[in-house]
Amino acid sequence: MVSKKVTVVNEQGLHMRPAGILAKAVKAHPDCEVTLNANGKTIKAKAPMQIMSAGLKQGCEVEIQCSGTDEQTVLDEIAEMFANGFGE
Amino acid sequence: MVKYTGKGVYGAVAIGKISVFKKQDFSVKRVHITDTEAEINRVKTAKKAAEEQLHALYEKALREVGETNARIFDIHIMMLDDEDYNESVENIIESQQVNAEYAVAVTADNFAEMFSSMDDAYMQERAADIRDISNRLIANLAGVVSSEISSEDKMIVCADDLAPSETVSLDKDKVLAFVTANGSSNSHTAILARNMNIPAVIGVGGEFLSVVKDGDEAAVDGFTGEVFLNPDEKTKTALEAKRKADEDKKRLLQELKGKENITLDGTRINVFANIGSVDNIGAVLMNDAGGIGLFRSEFLYLENSDYPTEEQQFNAYKRVLESMSGKKVIIRTLDIGADKQVDYFGLKKEENPALGYRAIRICLTRPEIFRTQLRALYRASVYGDLGIMFPMITAVNEVEQILALCGEVKNELKGQGIAYSDSVELGIMIETPAAAIISDKLAPMVDFFSVGTNDLIQYTLACDRQNPDIEDFCDTHHEAVLRLIQTSADNAHKNGAWIGICGELAADTSLTETFLRMGIDELSVSPAYVLKVREAVRRTDLSSRHSCRK
Repeated sequence: MVSKKVTVVNEQGLHMRPAGILAKAVKAHPDCEVTLNANGKTIKAKAPMQIMSAGLKQGCEVEIQCSGTDEQTVLDEIAEMFANGFGE
Repeated sequence: MVKYTGKGVYGAVAIGKISVFKKQDFSVKRVHITDTEAEINRVKTAKKAAEEQLHALYEKALREVGETNARIFDIHIMMLDDEDYNESVENIIESQQVNAEYAVAVTADNFAEMFSSMDDAYMQERAADIRDISNRLIANLAGVVSSEISSEDKMIVCADDLAPSETVSLDKDKVLAFVTANGSSNSHTAILARNMNIPAVIGVGGEFLSVVKDGDEAAVDGFTGEVFLNPDEKTKTALEAKRKADEDKKRLLQELKGKENITLDGTRINVFANIGSVDNIGAVLMNDAGGIGLFRSEFLYLENSDYPTEEQQFNAYKRVLESMSGKKVIIRTLDIGADKQVDYFGLKKEENPALGYRAIRICLTRPEIFRTQLRALYRASVYGDLGIMFPMITAVNEVEQILALCGEVKNELKGQGIAYSDSVELGIMIETPAAAIISDKLAPMVDFFSVGTNDLIQYTLACDRQNPDIEDFCDTHHEAVLRLIQTSADNAHKNGAWIGICGELAADTSLTETFLRMGIDELSVSPAYVLKVREAVRRTDLSSRHSCRK
């Protein structure tokens, strides 16, 4: 298992669009389990509703955990998406 | 006639017949079943059908309202595919041995509740998305296809609230306006209405729906958020006129947007906009102004119960500069006193406030207030093309003091390692006869002049502009005023400065040619007049040898 801490940069937090993009990206790697630890919760990164309902606002610190095939590549990819605000 | 008021989300007017949008009945019964596997398969089939419909809606929205707004359906597809949501549906079917419709309805309630209880208005709105996809699923389970408007005519569609999918499903060519009893301006319906350019009023209240019937006449004013049910002739005539004026304006916008402010003989001029709050920037951009010629900073002081901090001001200025993305923004420093009073300044009551303690006079005698504003302005200057303008100038030494203070502020920032732009233009208002008369002395000290015609007229003609009894004596085209403007323009140009007009007279298109002949470089008007002035400029021909004065 690999992990990395990132910060939510999106002004409106992880709302629908970023949550959707994140879930879609995670689903593209079915053999790697991705979870987010934030606000004291553990969130399945492939479930958009869970991501949204966690209410991750701008500035919120999130730990990404990846475990499975290509875990480091997946981790880098997801961390990069957080860093560029999911293209917003 | 009955009037209902909600929130207008797209400014336009429509008059026509009402079509009440009938929601499908999504109430479901709880039915005990034994074959849970078959029931789960029903959900899977319905989900597949729903997905296909959402794909079709996405395509339709993509064509009609663009990718950004279509994305909501992409997200709906993803929500429909959400593991937690689907697991919940299957669990309920299996553990309670109930029908699929019921399981979906319960799941929808739980998820919607989860979003409703979040402390974030945006997330609360998402409950509506959950209901939208769940209702679609239930409709597919029940084999019902969604309803359409049957009439041939364009109708005003009235509903309790419209889900995004319902809004987009409606045939755009048949919708005159939207009126909803509930919903917020944050909702997708509001956003979509704006993008479909359809007048819309939301949140007029439930009573409206209990009264309206199909075929009732209504007039919808998307500007004010008013809906007149069965309007009388007077109201209809007034709104029809408003509709026509709005249509003309939008036509003008279509014709003139992106066009240059250039006369028939090739003289170019800037047409900028005057605003008094960050909220007006939308109007500036929508009316295609080339920049902001007068940003009244008073709102920062008027809205506050104490002096606005440097940080508050910095953020507001930064926002304006960023929103205008590199276009010129001229911010006028504090101009209170006279008719604009702010309690916490503790200003004394005056016999003659127009001639009293106001504007730059307050700033120069209470430099701590002025310094805070200048620091905020210089700090924000790196975010765009800033000009700073000082009001109520009457003497050379006032400008000397201002320039010295600006220099101090810049040095202070430099010392603290805080960035500011070196290309900030400094200018003064020409709004007193004194300033116009000594404009030859003032022009070498500044980058630009901006003529404030309201005060210049009042001071030149000794006419209180608030007194209706002397209106006839207050000739806004008075030769004395025009001569003062001409003098200022000549002196500005002799000294390499530019000159604009930001008072109300700038929007008076009967003077546009006069101003152009004077050599005025910029006209700054309310956003709503930008295109009218552009039209006047483009009609003007300066090559013919007409006299400068009408």
